[in-house]
Amino acid sequence: MTWDRNQMAERAAKELKDGMYVNLGIGIPTLVSNYIPDGVDVTLQSENGMLGMGPFPTDETIDADLINAGKQTITELDRTAYFDSADSFAMIRGGKINMAILGAMEVSETGDLANWMIPNKLIKGMGGAMDLVAGVGRVVVIMDHVNKKGEAKLLKSCTLPLTGKNVVDRIITNYGVFDVVKDGLKVIELADNVSRDDLAAITQANLV
Amino acid sequence: MKKIYSNADDALAETLFDGMTIAVGGFGLCGIPENLITAISRTGVKNLIVASNNAGVDDFGLGELLATKQIAKMISSYVGENAEFMRQYLSGELEIEFNPQGTLAERMRAGGAGIAGFYTKTGVGTVIAEGKEHKDFNGQTHILETGLVADLALVKAWKADGFGNLIYRKTARNFNPLVATCGKICIAEVEEIVADGALIPDAIHTPSIYVHRLIKGKHEKRIEQRTVIN
Repeated sequence: MTWDRNQMAERAAKELKDGMYVNLGIGIPTLVSNYIPDGVDVTLQSENGMLGMGPFPTDETIDADLINAGKQTITELDRTAYFDSADSFAMIRGGKINMAILGAMEVSETGDLANWMIPNKLIKGMGGAMDLVAGVGRVVVIMDHVNKKGEAKLLKSCTLPLTGKNVVDRIITNYGVFDVVKDGLKVIELADNVSRDDLAAITQANLV
Repeated sequence: MKKIYSNADDALAETLFDGMTIAVGGFGLCGIPENLITAISRTGVKNLIVASNNAGVDDFGLGELLATKQIAKMISSYVGENAEFMRQYLSGELEIEFNPQGTLAERMRAGGAGIAGFYTKTGVGTVIAEGKEHKDFNGQTHILETGLVADLALVKAWKADGFGNLIYRKTARNFNPLVATCGKICIAEVEEIVADGALIPDAIHTPSIYVHRLIKGKHEKRIEQRTVIN
């Protein structure tokens, strides 16, 4: 049984350590905040200019001036601080943010990340992702192991334009957990009843 | 010196010309100078180069200036919410210069602070680095990015006094303070103009020196992704 989106987010939440300042990307990474383990206190950064991001509001407390980097309405906490975009990226680029958890289109066996465009097809932009992967302490990626056509997304080298080179530390897919090491991707954990043979068939990157 | 103008059209008078560069504050639709953008759509000024983190949505924010085809080029980090943008870009009508979000913010900050350029690790090994000077510091490769100076800066703040001191609210601050500094002329639109002396000097985000013209606007403050707890 492979993991679903929520199980991937729950597994990623185990990467969080007490006292960390963490940036969560758009999509499945946002779900990680639902699974922060008991006794672990983390402060979430939103790169549009907020530390201490709270949960979604109610209809009564919704505020157009208070959104996260995914443009979703959110709330503030006792610890919240607001700042401008240059300060926000000073703390990212300056290495103050301990971890970023991001989505990906492709990751290579050397830790290259591609997640911002498909030439001539999908032009979204990198947002803050290039700054995050260049600046934060540790980069964890959550992604489906294969694309909608069943093709590998963990590759020897990325085919799409890169977000960063040699930047990914750990990858969590619906099939397991992998670390970027010297000779390829090291299998750290497998989802229940997933075998190494299953992985080999759907992974182009070298597995060690 | 009089800084308060009666409306957005008056505030924009004699600041616009074809081919100019305009820096615009906001993140998504949050904290955008919506009155000034709409007023520009009425002027017919064209071939604009617009530096803004995002490009609005189809019928609101900078999407209004895309609909009228007044924008020739965007300098942005993320444009994924705008179908008309995508159409104009893929058909070659519109140019885009992608800047990583932190690089865009720092380019505006540097431009406003008289700093010609800075080195950053952001974008090394990607298409963003192509054609840019590379230099190693402490064993790590950086690229040279330049400060950005705009002909005109448009910002949205929460409160102003008559001198042009500005205070922003929550995450509507975002790029606005940086945009304010990087324009040769800066026009601010605010929700409220308070009595002189009513702002707490320690709490002012943008000091008046950066702000040349000021209007009180009417703000729809459209929400892009309305998410609530059930």
